[in-house]
Amino acid sequence: MASSQDRSQGRSGGIVSGGATEAVTFTGNRALQIEEPLIFEMGQPGRCGVDLPEPPKVKDRLNGLRRSGDIGLPGLSEPQVVQHYTRLSQKNYAIDMGVYPLGSCTMKHNPRLNEKVARLPGIGDLHPLQPVSTVQGALELIDRLAHWLKTLTGMPAVAMSPAAGAHGEMCGMMAIAAALEARGERAQRKVVLAPESAHGTNPATAAALGFTVKPIPANETGRVDLAALKAALGPDVAAIMLTNPNTCGLFESEIVEISTAVHAAGAYFYCDGANFNAIAGRVRPGDLGVDCMHINLHKTFSTPHGGGGPGAGPVVLSAALAPYAPYPWIVKDGETWRVAEDDAKVAGTPLGRLKAFHGQMGMFTRALAYMMSHGADGLKQASEDAVLSANYVMAALKDVMSPAFDGPCMHEALFDDSFLKDTGVSTLDFAKAMIDEGYHPMTMYFPLVVHGAMLIEPTESQAKEDLDLFLGALRSLAAKAKTGTAAEAFKAAPLYAPRRRLDETLAARKPILRWKPSNNPPETDPVKQAAE
Amino acid sequence: MRYLPLTDADRREMLGVIGARSVDELFRDVPESARLGAKIAGLPDHQGELEVERAFQAYAAKNLSPASVPFFIGAGAYRHHVPATVDYMIQRGEFLTSYTPYQPEITQGTLQYLFEFQTQITMLTGMDVANASMYDGSTGTSEAVLMANRVTRRHKALVSGGLHPQYRRIIETAAKWEGFVAVVGKPDVEGLEDLIAAVDKETSCVVVQNPSFFGHVRDFAKLAAACHAAGALLIVVVTEVVSLGLITPPGEMGADIVVCEGQSIGNGLGFGGPYVGLFATREKYMRQMPGRLVGETVDADGKRGFVLTLSTREQHIRREKATSNICTNAGLCALAFTVHLTLLGEAGFRRLAEINHAKASELADRVAAIPGVKLLNESFFNEFTVRLPKPAAPVVEALAARRILGGLPVSRLIPNDPSVENLLLLAATETATEYGMGPLVAALKEVL
Amino acid sequence: MADVKYSEEHEWIRVEGDTGTIGITQYAQEQLGDVVFVDVPAAGRKVAKGESVAVVESVKAASDIYAPVSGEVIESNAALADTPGDVNAEPMGKGWFFRIRMSDKGELAGLMDEAAYTAFVKSLG
Repeated sequence: MASSQDRSQGRSGGIVSGGATEAVTFTGNRALQIEEPLIFEMGQPGRCGVDLPEPPKVKDRLNGLRRSGDIGLPGLSEPQVVQHYTRLSQKNYAIDMGVYPLGSCTMKHNPRLNEKVARLPGIGDLHPLQPVSTVQGALELIDRLAHWLKTLTGMPAVAMSPAAGAHGEMCGMMAIAAALEARGERAQRKVVLAPESAHGTNPATAAALGFTVKPIPANETGRVDLAALKAALGPDVAAIMLTNPNTCGLFESEIVEISTAVHAAGAYFYCDGANFNAIAGRVRPGDLGVDCMHINLHKTFSTPHGGGGPGAGPVVLSAALAPYAPYPWIVKDGETWRVAEDDAKVAGTPLGRLKAFHGQMGMFTRALAYMMSHGADGLKQASEDAVLSANYVMAALKDVMSPAFDGPCMHEALFDDSFLKDTGVSTLDFAKAMIDEGYHPMTMYFPLVVHGAMLIEPTESQAKEDLDLFLGALRSLAAKAKTGTAAEAFKAAPLYAPRRRLDETLAARKPILRWKPSNNPPETDPVKQAAE
Repeated sequence: MRYLPLTDADRREMLGVIGARSVDELFRDVPESARLGAKIAGLPDHQGELEVERAFQAYAAKNLSPASVPFFIGAGAYRHHVPATVDYMIQRGEFLTSYTPYQPEITQGTLQYLFEFQTQITMLTGMDVANASMYDGSTGTSEAVLMANRVTRRHKALVSGGLHPQYRRIIETAAKWEGFVAVVGKPDVEGLEDLIAAVDKETSCVVVQNPSFFGHVRDFAKLAAACHAAGALLIVVVTEVVSLGLITPPGEMGADIVVCEGQSIGNGLGFGGPYVGLFATREKYMRQMPGRLVGETVDADGKRGFVLTLSTREQHIRREKATSNICTNAGLCALAFTVHLTLLGEAGFRRLAEINHAKASELADRVAAIPGVKLLNESFFNEFTVRLPKPAAPVVEALAARRILGGLPVSRLIPNDPSVENLLLLAATETATEYGMGPLVAALKEVL
Repeated sequence: MADVKYSEEHEWIRVEGDTGTIGITQYAQEQLGDVVFVDVPAAGRKVAKGESVAVVESVKAASDIYAPVSGEVIESNAALADTPGDVNAEPMGKGWFFRIRMSDKGELAGLMDEAAYTAFVKSLG
């Protein structure tokens, strides 16, 4: 199958675009939607977006390793750079634009105060290895955030350094491995139990640490099958990894029985804290028997998602696991703050180090600003509003879509695709049609335990009238799908986005992961197309 | 509460639609014993912007801002000037408040800048392919070792004594808990370490840093050849990415995986994070890479577009067989990096590197002229090591008391090792000025 | 064809003497969707029945291929690197994965013939 055939195959999946109503413009642009070339197609030698002084002439001390030849970077002026990225930005959907109901991802409002305080001189510009006497305020700030996290979770210790949720999972599971080693049971306890509905990071983390992952089935209410769990527990089990509220958006009502059984079997309880935002301020995981839990600061505490990071994943630890927390941590000696760094003489047996320096300080600052802005009262209200909004979504859609489980749900509402049965419309098609309505689709096909899953998380950040418009759009799409004659229209969606459906098969079969001059056959080059 | 749009009337109405009398009813699946009736104790109530901002200003006031004093610390985090455009761009809500581009039709902005970013990384490093970023250089280095273990199906990593000590600790931690062997060199203070003889048929990879933690610039072409002869991979780590504007890239030396800390371009010091890890490799190892990858394709109308691709490597599909558990990357920091590098371009990036080298050369000569101080580097980029006549940690403290942030005592990162106790690591970037260097040299003379 | 056997993992093996050619079935390729990458074992590799020997990937899924019989890989389908779509177009023809010299032809007895496999697929709904 030749490349050219692949490309035509890429088009064949689509429907004829637009038809007669779509204007063909000279530029290929459509009003605010501007076709934007790559920076490598824009550069000109002699252009530069910075003014730097002539470097003083010095003798090279580079061990004879001066770089020869061009790097290949394009030269652009500052206005071109500003226009380029501004135009790119206009091809993105974002929380700032409206409902972003991506289940499990918690796309809540990102306050700009957080950005402001993170950039204050004396916070945003500190070097991580300045003498600790010159960063007392920074260490105090980290400790203050740690206090909030411990208080909200009811846990005695927290490891601040993990860079993201998955990194926090690694930290927590390493702490469990360390605790088992201290008990002399690491070689014996090699099994980690995880529900079939778990995030993919859970089995990936456990496997990386040499554990064998054993799936635990769900019962008909979408929760862990307690009997099956009890049957799986034994002297070979190291831990259970459980998300609570779970990935179906449900609270594990038998959580206390689960943790009691896990502990009775000599295993630990890892809680995936991805969904902590549903219960922050209302339920303390420490009261549920959790041994460790990572907290995605970008979910629960509003640090920006930034197109896929940076995140931060502090891990709260029970007394049983606290001695194994990794370096570094903050210590207060009298009135002075210091950092316990590698090889410091400290109590406990730290499991090692997971990240350079002190963790994601920029995210700590933003999360703390969010917490202080809400306070204990506001955090509780935020969780309640998130749960209320999700239940409202479920109630408002249950007659036209198909909830996967009975309510009440927590912060997200899960639907399956049974309402689309025999319509010829798939979950994917339904989601893509939402794009034309001006919304980011919900999470699709996750969790895997529900057929054609659609996971809607409205968060606490949407006004009721905006939610109502969103719900109206979903009801209208569901009604349209059920006519049984709209499959073709759904499969053509989106029509109004910066791009129609993209050919992911082509991308994976013939990976083009970087620009090269030869990448651009004229027929796909928007610049050359415009010139013709 | 300014962030919460629902009014009490809204809440009542919504409860009516749900058919619940109160919000408490929605939490009925929470075990009775774990339900908190009132708000959580021990935390303050909500506050306005002014009050919160004041609290952070109070934290800031207890720190010494590098902008206000002579500053010469590096050691894996470098103070560079970031153009105003960078911070403006990354604060555009369309970038700041978007997420991983799962829906490519409405995230072409993120996907295109990541594709451009990947291309820039391959150019800087001299490699074939790069991913859409890692958390940072330190975690990326550990991921590179795990990748080398997968590629070679071997389980022994040789780690240079020239690698950043915290990076080394992260590899050792992964080795202990993920089950491989890390053989670690002694601190390579003089830059004379030769690992060729240590490479054998069990070796999965050799991890070196260039310039090294102590600042030495090394040619690893022979080490690369030795690695390849033994079936091992060479991993080259770069903690100061600006050096690639002046120094032969690792790809030309034969590196198989290159990991860089990208903080220097576009990202402030930020007390250690978030930063951005750059990760590049050879095309033949593409499918063993960790992290997200963006690829070019066409849409249903045949127009060029970009998508996340080769996702089958990743945890959400492969689960326990994934190449890594990584999920989030450093998207916004990658944006800051790519905007800054686009502003610099070929000419600006090279000139920036030249200025850094010139500033450091000047500083090295001036510090080495102080009686009792010995420069240990024949080669360096913008950072070097000097041996002081006394322990460096109290010297740095004494400088700080004079409001000078005068380098890093190596003992902070390599404690309990008398051989490094007197070593001071000094960095000078384009931000260094006569107003900084003069007082540093004068104060060092006083303190020593 | 009488000399083709099938496994419950939806692999087929065409037996010629002590050589077996192995691929995935029509049903398997339909389930996967567009195949984008196939990782086939190198010639000379010794494999045991049930061992994971190859990986076939679509855009959103990756499946392990298990050796239906034990033996030594004597040839793999290098063309799949450039044209993985052959697996969709001709799963039992151009889309073959690898050839194996069987070490124990007795293992074939545990596999299904075409009629049994057709019934097996039907039973999956």
